[in-house]
Amino acid sequence: MNYLSGDLKVVGTRPIRPDGVEKVTGRALYSADTRVGGMLWGKILRSPHAHARIVSIDTSKAEALKGVQAVVTSKDFPEITSEVAFVGEGPMNFRDLSDNVMARNKALYEGHAIAAVAATTAEIADAALALIDVQYEVLPHVIDVDEAMQPGAPVLHADMFTAGVNPKPATASNIAKVVTFKKGDIDAGFAEAEVIVEGSYTTKPVHQGYIEPHACLATYNPDGQISIHASSQGHFMVRAYTAKLLGLDMADIRVNPAEIGGGFGGKTLIYLEPVAVALSRKSGKSVKMQMTREEVFRGSGPTSGASVTVKLGAKKDGTIVAAQQVLKFQAGAYAGSPIGPGCMCGFAMYDIPHIDVLGYDVVSNRPKVAAYRAPGAPISSFAVECAVDDLAAKLGMDPLTLREKNHAVNGTKTHYGPTHTNIGFTEVLQATRAHPHWKAPIAEGHGRGLAVGFWFNIGGESSATVHINEDGTVMVATGSPDIGGSRASMGMMAAEVLGVPVSKVKAIVADTASIGFTFLTGGSRVTFATGMAVTQATEKVVEQLKARAAQTWDIPVEAVEWKDGQAFPAGTNAGAFPPLDLAAIALKQGRTGGPINAEVSVNAQGAGAGFGAHICDVKVDKETGHVEIIRYTAIQDVGKAIHPSYVEGQIQGGAAQGIGWALSEEYIYNDKGQMENPGFLDYRCPVASDLPMIEAVLVEVPNPRHPFGARGVGEVPIIPPMAAISNAIKSAIGIRMEHLPMSPPKIRAAIDAAG
Amino acid sequence: MTSLSYAAPTSVDAAVKLLAGASGLAKVLSGGTDLLIQMRAGRFKPELIVDTKKIPGVIGIREENGAFVVGGGTPGAVVEAHAGMTKAWPGVVEALDLIGSTQVQGRCSLAGNLCNASPAADSVPALYAAGAIAVVVGSNGRREVPVESIPTGPGRTSLAKDEFILEFKFPARPARSSDAYLRFIPRTEMDIAVVGCGISVTLDANGVCTAARCSLGAVAPTVLLVKEMADVLIGHKLDADTLAKLDAAAQAAAKPISDKRGTAEYRKKISGVLARRVAQIAFDRASGKATGKTH
Repeated sequence: MNYLSGDLKVVGTRPIRPDGVEKVTGRALYSADTRVGGMLWGKILRSPHAHARIVSIDTSKAEALKGVQAVVTSKDFPEITSEVAFVGEGPMNFRDLSDNVMARNKALYEGHAIAAVAATTAEIADAALALIDVQYEVLPHVIDVDEAMQPGAPVLHADMFTAGVNPKPATASNIAKVVTFKKGDIDAGFAEAEVIVEGSYTTKPVHQGYIEPHACLATYNPDGQISIHASSQGHFMVRAYTAKLLGLDMADIRVNPAEIGGGFGGKTLIYLEPVAVALSRKSGKSVKMQMTREEVFRGSGPTSGASVTVKLGAKKDGTIVAAQQVLKFQAGAYAGSPIGPGCMCGFAMYDIPHIDVLGYDVVSNRPKVAAYRAPGAPISSFAVECAVDDLAAKLGMDPLTLREKNHAVNGTKTHYGPTHTNIGFTEVLQATRAHPHWKAPIAEGHGRGLAVGFWFNIGGESSATVHINEDGTVMVATGSPDIGGSRASMGMMAAEVLGVPVSKVKAIVADTASIGFTFLTGGSRVTFATGMAVTQATEKVVEQLKARAAQTWDIPVEAVEWKDGQAFPAGTNAGAFPPLDLAAIALKQGRTGGPINAEVSVNAQGAGAGFGAHICDVKVDKETGHVEIIRYTAIQDVGKAIHPSYVEGQIQGGAAQGIGWALSEEYIYNDKGQMENPGFLDYRCPVASDLPMIEAVLVEVPNPRHPFGARGVGEVPIIPPMAAISNAIKSAIGIRMEHLPMSPPKIRAAIDAAG
Repeated sequence: MTSLSYAAPTSVDAAVKLLAGASGLAKVLSGGTDLLIQMRAGRFKPELIVDTKKIPGVIGIREENGAFVVGGGTPGAVVEAHAGMTKAWPGVVEALDLIGSTQVQGRCSLAGNLCNASPAADSVPALYAAGAIAVVVGSNGRREVPVESIPTGPGRTSLAKDEFILEFKFPARPARSSDAYLRFIPRTEMDIAVVGCGISVTLDANGVCTAARCSLGAVAPTVLLVKEMADVLIGHKLDADTLAKLDAAAQAAAKPISDKRGTAEYRKKISGVLARRVAQIAFDRASGKATGKTH
C-alpha cells in the first residue's frame, strides 16, 4: 500500500536525529575507534613512483625487527583472473581490485600498496616499513587524460585493447573502452540548426573528502572464522570483496558496520580489509589498520578528471535540435571510470531530437577512481550547462527561459534508452522562476548563474526486520549503513505505519550475519529501497497485531482496523470492544502466538529520477581573481522529504562539495607524477566561512513507486554547482571559465588576457 | 626503540643549559602548533624538547612608557585580547588573528611563528613592518636584534643551538602612526598565505608619510623588508600616483617561485595589489579615518 495521500503524523516532521548525542559527545564508535587487547598495528608500504616495475621485494630485515609479527606482499593473496565484481557501485574487476589492494608486478601510481607489516606498535610498524627493500625499475608515467590517449604514451597495461571498437585494436593502449549513445541523426540535427555553440572544458580529479580516513580491525581466528570491524558504505560489499580477494567463504566472514564519517561514494570499495585479514592470519593476532590523511589522498580513489567538448545547435526560437558531446574520463590506474553515467547524464535534462555522445574510459598513473556522488554526471553537466548558457547568450534569451523551452518532461525519450516517467523537472523549473532569488536584482559588480542537473537514482536489494518488544516499543534493523540519516528515516517510516511516536522506534544497522543481503548505501537508494523494505516489514507486523487483536476479541481479522497505534473493531458489527494498543498486544504476544516480527527483502524498482536547479550569485575580485559566493539557492524535486532537515542537509552538502570542485579543489602533481598536496591544507575543500547559507528548496512531486513518495536526493545537488558558478562568473566579468578549478590565478590570468 | 626527552624549565638559565647540553637535536617548544605537526610528519626526530612556557616573561604583555614588551611564547589569542596592543599595533594583531583557527591561536606564538622561519608566516611581515626587536637569550647572555635578522632561509634561523627568543619589544608610537597586514589566500581562512604584506606608517598633520616600513611574505625564501616600498611612501600622501609606484615597487621586490600555492607571475601581481590595499588601511588608521578590524 502507499501513503501518498494520507494524513501523515511522523513522515515530513523533523525529530531530533537519533545518532546526534553519540556523535556530538564523541562517543560514537567510528572505524578507528575499535580496539581489542593484544592487537597489532598494520601499516602499508606505498610506492614512491608513479609507474615502476617491481623487480624484487626483500622483507627479511623487516621480519627480523623485534615486535614485527607479520609481513605480507602480493604473494600472500591468490591470483585472480579477470572477473567483473558482482556487488559494488560502478564497474570493478576483481583482478584489478586485488592488484590495487597489493601491487603484483608493477606500481601503477604513487601510493600504490607494495607490502604491509603488522607489529606490536605503530612506531615499530613504521620502522619495519623502512626496512623493506624494494627494487624498482622506474618507468615513464602519464597523468593527464589527453596525454594518456596519445600514441606513444606510456602504456600501463600490456593487455589493454580498447573495448567497444570494431575491429579489436592491434596494439595495447590506455583507452580501456569507448562508449557511444545516439538518438536521431546528429548531422541532420546540425544541418537544421540556425545557431551553434561549441566549447572545450576540463575538470580535475577531486577527492570525496570524507572526514574519516579508511580504517578497520580484523581478526582471523584459529578456526578460520573472521571478524571485521570497519566503516563502509556496504558491509556486505566488504564481506564479498574480502572473501573474493582472499579465496574465502563468505560465511566465514562477519563484518560489523562501524559508524561512518562520510563516504560520498569513496567507501564503496575496499583498500585495507583483505590486508588486515592476511596480516591477522599470518600473525594469529587481531590487526588494526588506519590510513593517514596523506594515504587517503595518495592511495584511495577520487573521481575522474576529464576533458570534454560540447556542441549544441538550436533554432532561432531557442529550440535545441542537436547536441553532441565527447568525454574523456580518467579512470586512474585500472579501467572503470564513470564514463557511462557521464555520457548519459549530460543531456538527460533536455528533450533534444538529435544527440550523439562519445565517451572514453582512460587509464593513467593515478589512484583508481572511486564513485563520488552522481559519478560522472557533474563532469558532463558542467560542460553542457556552460554550453547551454552560452547558447542562451547567443540567442539573446534568458537562460531559464531556454531551459524551460527545452526541458525533459514525462514521455521524453532519453538518448541512452529509457523514457522519463514520473519526473518533476517542470515543477523544479517553476519553483526556480518563482523563487525570490531568481527575481532579485543582481547587485552592481555581481554575476548570477543558473544550472540544472539530473541523476537516475537507483533501487536494488534491501532487507529489513521489524521487531515488537515486550513493552510495545519497536526495533527496526536494516543492512544499510547510515550515511545520510537512514536510521532516522527508517524509524520514521515504521512509526508512521504503526501509528506510534517515532521515539518508540529504534533503528539500527545490523551486521552481515544478522540480516539478509543488502546492497551498499549508494546511488541515492536507501530511503527508497530500504525504506520500502522497512515499510513492507512494518505492514506485516501490523497484520500480525491485527490478528492478535482479532484472536483476543474472537472476531475475524478482517473486522479489525489499525489506527494511531491501536486495534479497533471495524464498525459496530465487529463488536463493542475497547481498543487494544500496541503495548497491550505486545505484552501478551507470547501467549497469543509468540514474538511479533517480520523480515522483508526487496529488489526495489522505479527509484524515480531526480532533477535540480541551482542559482548562484558571485562577486569577483578582479585584482586577485578571488570568487566570493554571495547567495546560493538549490531547488530540487525530492519526491517526499521523510525528514526534511536531513534532505536539506544532503542538498547543502552536495552544493558545498560542488563549490569546492568548481573553485579550489585539485590534485597537484610534480614532474615525477607525485601528488604535491596530499592534505586538507593545500587540497582546498571549502571551509565554512567560504560559503553563504545555502538555501535548499524542496519540491515534492511524489514518486508513486515508493510508499511515501520518496526519491533519492543525495546525488543531484553536486551536479549543477560547477556550471552555475562558471555561468555566474561569466555574468560578472564577461569571461567563460572552461577549466576547473576556477582558482584565483586562473581567473586573474583570464582577466589579464582579455585586456 | 626511540626516546624523546621533554623538559619545562622555570628559568632562562636552566633552559639554556638544557639546550646547550643536548647531544642530539633539541627543539624549543612554545605553542607547538608547528613543531608537533612537523614531528608527526617525520620532519624532525628531536631527542629533547625544551618547553619555554614556564619561564617568567615568556608569556605575558607589559607596557613600558608607550612601548610594549610581548613574551615570545604569548599565545596569539592573548595578544589579540590586549587593548593596548590592538590600539598601537592593529596590523600585528590582525596578522596573528589570521593564523590557523581560533583553537590554534590559543597556542601559537610570535616567537614560534618567527623561528619556524616560513616565508609565508602571517605574523612575520607585520613584525618586520613594526620594527620589532627580538630579545634573544643563550649561553653568551642576552642580545637584542631586529626581527628581520632572525630568519635566514626556509626553516633556518640565525639563532645558535642554545638560543631562543625570550620576548619582543615594540617601540613607542609617535602620533598618527599605525600599521596593517593583509594576506591573500584562495579560501577565507585556514590557509597559508600566497602573498602577505605588512606596512607600518607615521603621517604628519597633512597626511604626508614621514616614516614607513614595508614587508612582503611568501615571495622569497624569507619574508622581505622592502626599503623601496617604504621610499615610495615617505614624503608623500597616498594618492593614485603613490599607490601606482608602491604597486610597482612591490612587484619589483617580489622574487617568488611557482609552487602548489600559486605561480610566480600571479604572486608578483598580488604583491602589488596587496601593497596598495594594505597601505590604504594603514594610512586610514594612522589618520584616524578607520579603526578596528578589516577582516
